[in-house]
Order: sequence, then C-alpha cells, then structure tokens
Amino acid sequence: MNLIFEKSVEGRKTSILPACDVEICLPASPKRESLAKLPELGEIDIERHYTKLAQRAHGVNSGFYPLGSCTMKYNPKISEKIASLDCFNDIHPLQPEKTVKGCKRVLENAKEYLCEITGMDAMSLQPAAGAHGELAGMLVIKAYHLDKGDKLRNEIIIPDSAHGTNPASAVMAGFEIVNIKSDKNGMVDIVDLKEHLSEKTAGLMLTNPNTLGIFDENILKITKMVHEAGGLCYYDGANLNAIMGIARPGDMGFDVTHLNLHKTFSTPHGGGGPGSGPCGCKAFLKDYLPMSGDNRSIGRVMGFYGNFLVILKALIYMMIIGADGIKDVGENAVLNANYMKFKLKDILPVAYDTPSMHEFVLSLEELKEKTGVSALDFSKALLDHGMHPPTMYFPLIVHEALMIEPTETESKETIDEAIKTFKELVSIAEKTPEIIFNSPITTPVGRLDEVLAARKAILRHEFES
Amino acid sequence: MGTFIPNTDKQRTEILEEMGKSSINELFSNIPGECLIKDGYMIPKGISEMEVLDHMKKVGKENKVYEKVLRGAGAYKHFIPSTVTSISAKEEFLTAYTPYQGEISQGILQSIFEYQTMICEITGMDVSNASVYDGATAAAEAVNMCVDNKHRTILVSDGVDKRILETIKTYNLGKDTNIKQIPMKDGQTDLVSLEKTIRDGDACLLIQHPNYYGVLEDVDEIEKIVHQSNVKLIMSCYPISLGILKTPGEYGADIAVGEGQPMGLSMAYGGPYLGFMAAKKSMFRKLPGRIVGQTLDNKGETGYVLTLQAREQHIRREKAGSNICSNQAHCALRVAIYLATLGKEGFKDVAVQCSSKASYFHKELAKEGILLAYDKPFFNEFTTICEKRDEILERLDESNILGGLPLEEDKIIWCVTEMISKNDMDHVISIIKEVRDEFDI
Repeated sequence: MNLIFEKSVEGRKTSILPACDVEICLPASPKRESLAKLPELGEIDIERHYTKLAQRAHGVNSGFYPLGSCTMKYNPKISEKIASLDCFNDIHPLQPEKTVKGCKRVLENAKEYLCEITGMDAMSLQPAAGAHGELAGMLVIKAYHLDKGDKLRNEIIIPDSAHGTNPASAVMAGFEIVNIKSDKNGMVDIVDLKEHLSEKTAGLMLTNPNTLGIFDENILKITKMVHEAGGLCYYDGANLNAIMGIARPGDMGFDVTHLNLHKTFSTPHGGGGPGSGPCGCKAFLKDYLPMSGDNRSIGRVMGFYGNFLVILKALIYMMIIGADGIKDVGENAVLNANYMKFKLKDILPVAYDTPSMHEFVLSLEELKEKTGVSALDFSKALLDHGMHPPTMYFPLIVHEALMIEPTETESKETIDEAIKTFKELVSIAEKTPEIIFNSPITTPVGRLDEVLAARKAILRHEFES
Repeated sequence: MGTFIPNTDKQRTEILEEMGKSSINELFSNIPGECLIKDGYMIPKGISEMEVLDHMKKVGKENKVYEKVLRGAGAYKHFIPSTVTSISAKEEFLTAYTPYQGEISQGILQSIFEYQTMICEITGMDVSNASVYDGATAAAEAVNMCVDNKHRTILVSDGVDKRILETIKTYNLGKDTNIKQIPMKDGQTDLVSLEKTIRDGDACLLIQHPNYYGVLEDVDEIEKIVHQSNVKLIMSCYPISLGILKTPGEYGADIAVGEGQPMGLSMAYGGPYLGFMAAKKSMFRKLPGRIVGQTLDNKGETGYVLTLQAREQHIRREKAGSNICSNQAHCALRVAIYLATLGKEGFKDVAVQCSSKASYFHKELAKEGILLAYDKPFFNEFTTICEKRDEILERLDESNILGGLPLEEDKIIWCVTEMISKNDMDHVISIIKEVRDEFDI
C-alpha cells in the first residue's frame, strides 16, 4: 500500500482555517529554507488512506487478543464518550485552581479507588505508563534509603521471570541489578533469594502472579525476608487483573507499587499508548512520591499531572463495575485462563505444572523437535485464523514460550473457538508442517524480514529530489 | 452494577464442572489466607452507563471551559480539524496493542512510519522515534542519550520551562551527573556565561526555542559555542513554529525534541500529550522507545516492522538505554492526521497566523502602555510587564477569557494562536483599557 506522501498532489488542499484577519508579520529570526514536505491531499484522500490503514490493523474489537501480560480486555465505549466531552478536553492545565475543581475531583476519586484496590495509602497519578511508574517507584525507594543515610543500599533483586522493564527501570534509578533464579515450581527460589540479601539490598521487584501466571505461595515469607534485610518490596502491577477483588499487594507486604491503567483498568492501548502508570506506596513513603509537596519528594516525572483522560477512563470503569464487579473481574479472568489451560495442556505442555491464575505459558519445545514448528511459526499460523497470537518467547526462562492471557471479557464460545484452532494447528503441524511454515497467507503482507529491517535501517520515507 | 463479562452463571458453572472444581475459590488456593480480602472493598457499588454519564457531566460542570484562551506556557489551544477526531476514533487504531505482530499490524506500523517521516520533515532531522510520554520526558530522554561514562555534565538554559528542568533533575536523581544552569540575559540565554561555563567533555546543552518566555534564542551563536566545545546541542521546539522558523536540522542541532500537543491534541488538563524526538543519523541507535522501519515480506513486498529492538528493555533488560515500553502511539496518530490534513501549505499558514496575530496583539497592548519585558523577537508567545495584572486577568476571566499566565513581578506570558480573531483581541484590549482607566493608569 502506498504511503500517504505518495498520494500527494501538488496544490491539493483542505479548508481548515479562515484567512488571516491581521497584517502578516513574521519574527525577525532565521526562517526555514523550504517548506516541510507534508502531503497535499483532499479530505477524502486522507479519510480513505486511514480507513485502509485501519483495515490493516487488528484491535480487541477485531477479534480475540490473548496477548500474555498485556491484559487485552474490552474497552468500554462510555469511557471514550465521556473523555471526549469539552468539559474535560478544553481545560488548560494552568487554569486557576477554582476553575478546575471537576478535574481535581476526578484525580482524587481515582486515587481513593486505586489505594483501596491495592492496599496502599498514597498514590501519585503522574507517571504516564507502567515503566514510568516503575521508575518513579524505584526513585522513591532510592530517596528513602538515602534519606535514612543508607548509602550502601544500591542493589535491587529481580527474579529471572520478570518483565524487561523491571531491570531497565531500576538501572535508570541508579541501582545495580541482582538477578535471582526461579525454583522448579516457577516461584522465587527462596534459597537463592536468601543468599543475595545483604546490607546492600535496597529492595526486591516482583510481579505476583508472575509472568508464568503463578501466584507465589511464599509471598509473605519473601516480603518478610526482604524487610528483615532492610530492603523494601516493590510490586509490579502489570498482572493485578488476576487478583483484583481477591487480594491486595499492600496486604502481601509490598511497600511500593505501580499499576497499568491501560491493562487492568480497561483503557484502550491505542496501538502502543497512551497508558497511565500510577505509583502507590505505604504511608511511611508518601512524602517521597512525585510532587508530594514535601521537600523529600523525588520531584516531577513529567510536564503536568499525568495522562488525565486515561485516568478519567479508568475511574469510569471502576465506578461502573464497583466493588463487587472488580471481584468478578479477578475471578473470571482466572476462570477463563484456567479453562483454556485445562483444554490445551494435553496437546501442548504447560511450562510449569503449578496452579496458575490469569495467564499461563505453554512450551512448544517438544512440538518444534518433533515437527520443526516453532512458537513463531505457530503464532504466524494463528494470524490466518483471525486471532492475535499470544506473547511469544517470554518469559525468557521458558523455551519456545507462548504466554496466553484470555481476560475476563471473552466468552466461553470465543475461548472454545480458540482451543479448536490450537488443536487444528497442532494436528497440521504433525501432518503438513509446511502449511504452517508458509503462514500467514491471509494477511496484507506475508512474513516480514525483521533482520533486514534492522540491518538496513530505513526509518523514514525518502523523497525524490 | 455494570459489567463487561459475557459469561453467564450457567457457563461459569459448566466450566468449573468440566475442570472438576467445586467452586471458583479452588482456583485461588495458592494465595495464603492472610492475604485474602475479607470484607470486600470500601468503594461504592457499581452503577449503570446512564448514571455514570450523568455523574460525570455534573463533575465536568465544576470545570470552567473558557471561550477564548490566551494562555500557553506548555499547553496550547490550537484548532483541531475534524478529520483528527473522526479517524483517531477508529476502533482498530484505538483498541490495538503495540504492533509486535507485524503482519496484522501494517496499518499501525505504516501510520507510525509516516509519523516518523513527518517529524523528520518538520524538524529537519534525520531520524525520529515513535514518540515518548510528553515534551518534558522527551527532553529528559534526549539528555540521557548524550550522557555516558565520559560525558556527565548537563547544561540547561534558564530559558527552558521549569517543568522540563525539574523532570530532567528527577531522571538524574539516581545518577552521578551534574546539572548546570545557564542564566538569561535580556530574555535570552546568556552567551557570555555559556562560553565561560561550557567545557570540552560536557554532555549537552538543552535550549528551548522559542524559550519559556516566548523569546527566540540566538541559536546560530549558541550552536557555534556548543559545537566548538564538542558538546551536543538539544533543541526543545514549539512544533507549530517550525512551519516558518529555521529548523533544528538547519541549525545543526544533534537532537530535536518538543511537546507534540499543539498538533491535534486537546489541552485535556495536561495529558495525554506526546513528546516528539528526532536526531541526527549518527545518533539513531541511541534513540529510546519504539522505532518503525521499512522492510520486505517473503514475497518481496514492502512492509513495516518495529525495528532496532535490540536497544529496548524487553531484549536488553538492565543494559537498555531507556526503560520506556508504552509510548503515546495514539497521540502520534493524531499528530500524523493533523499534519496530513493541514498539508504542506496549511502547516505554514498556521505558523504565519499565530505569529502575525501575536504581533498585532503585542502592538495593541503596547499602545495601552503594556510593554514587552524583553525587547526581542518572538513567535506567538511574549512576556509583558503589566500593572494591575491580577485585576486584568480577573476581569478577562469574568468575560470567559483565559488571559496570559501570571509570573513574578507583574509579568504575564501571553499566547496567541490562530483561534484568536482580531475582534477577540480588540475585545481583550477594551477590557484591559477599562481596568486601567478605573485605576487611572
């Protein structure tokens, strides 16, 4: 499909602005030599271009999207409607206080709900995404230890099953990373943890349930061990959907957390963002939060007050489902995932045979040995069945991993259909694997050469001179 | 109570039975009893869609929507073409995740590739990423691109928005970097002070152009000083001004960043916005976040993928240059639609109108004795010194006009966009005149 620039026709235009009603006057400062080569199009050209692009994309509304750790649940339309009202959009962030009471109420209410759901005492809504919330949380831990004069504590302990953002965020906050192993059940290896705790331990970063979908049954022991060593416990909230309404990070011994409102709280992911990653903590850390008003605050992590419209959508979601509905979310997310795992485990082995929650990880190692079909091949074949594949090759501790998270907003019929597809593909892999090697065939393009893209980086359109 | 769960009670029971479970609680047996919530949450019961709409409309009424906005200072009210709203609402764009699976995400990937090209075009730079959170974090990430083991001093002009400086400070809390501020002279970065402060081996200088006070910097001179010392130059730009002004690329900047909100995003009480980031080709491997590249499929057809992922956290973990994962993709889509709709001439026209109207307004204010705090060229924002400042802003407020941003010492930063007509400005002047007459100024 042609790029928008290739559809440009010299002199074609839209009618957006009226003529300028004052004398033209440009500043006495150097000007650009030539105009930016933006496309020249009519409105219909633009609409059709993007309609065609939309047809070449796949969202939650297009079909099943069991992308593990991403919680691709349905995004309520009422949230979009409210978030497009002028009374929330046409508000300048630097308006006088008395004129933004509505926005402030939204932020306050969202904080109250999120504190209650996580068992935290204070929350900053400023971070713009999960990784941003992690950075804020890590800096809170850093500031706390420094404030106590504990300059030695510069190590963050992270299990090998963790999301990549965890070590990256901790490093950005100036910490050293100590990686620890998972045990044979996919949980934190307590012996390994014990060996790595010391007077240098600043904290532990943990996702629970972890990226294998496994709730660590030793969690109280783990957080106690870290506390006894003088460290703090950080909860990566990416997988909160599994335990919403059932358990709270604050009650498991965690001191700091971030949430992903664009996962757990149903705000749309928009093809990669915007998200929102509130950072919450226990009372003894509240002064260190971004913009806490105290001089021990880590300060500002972005320009204004966070991704306000995203926070608004998350609040709308929480208000609609309410206390009981939030529990239903956790229960149904876990029910759907367990059902799918139960139906698939006989044809594709589950990486760890431990009870799992909202997601689970299959290993296609055996299938690959037997038929040559890898997790990548299998995923590409799923594309021909109108389904977004699971997360591939993650967590890193599982070979040929497919990480599946159906979420609570999928029906039994959808999940049954997906199970049928998985079974069909395993059977095709065993009989005629070349069909799978050649997939996808129904998508706008065939398999893309990622190596070529990286080797010969073409990162923008080059205009003919 | 509202719900978005489709399974019926009957289906839930069927599923549990099939798995041989007697109750849903069996699925949570790994959670220690002490961790389980006993009495439910202390939050209200759920309500219906209709009720939440009513409620939120009431909450929205507690906000004041001004008819005219003469305030900028980091967030701007520009006209948003209807194509932006219509196209960005398409569900396939709105409800998709990051385009990891290229074959079914060509629409999103191509739109980002087009966005990257447009950002390169308006900034005059070689490469762009797919956006970061906002203008402040874009500046912080750009600084991070310049810092390494040998280059640890960061210079920031005092003409840079304090919010950006504070964000950079936060991003550097855990590092042993050194942030030095370069003072202002007559509203511009003080070149003498810059020359005295800068050292070979410093990481970078960040300037804002036009700066926070609206003044256009002498970037040609700044560039000379900075590059003579082998230091990187980062320019934070107001994107609309690039319709007419010399670009960061033409000035020879190493990295261009800025707040993308003026290009098709509402003010939305501060977010979501987006930070744009573009760099010289030599620095492209240091750019943080998602980048889309062109490639071929197995039939030799052109296609697009997320590329250079070896820079990123999900591959490099603790060795990644940045932790960024989610960006502001949907906001970047809006920017691309905005720029495509305005087109080559339209983008320039917005800049010309902003600049011309700001110039008109400044002259009219000057006739009333309200003069520039700094007598230097400006684009569409300028700072005045204004007696009875608070009274004037209050009176404008009563007429549903959000006046400029008050600063210390009776200063106001005014901002004029294409959405302010000559009549609007004449009306504002008449109100100001009334106030000043009342106080006999």
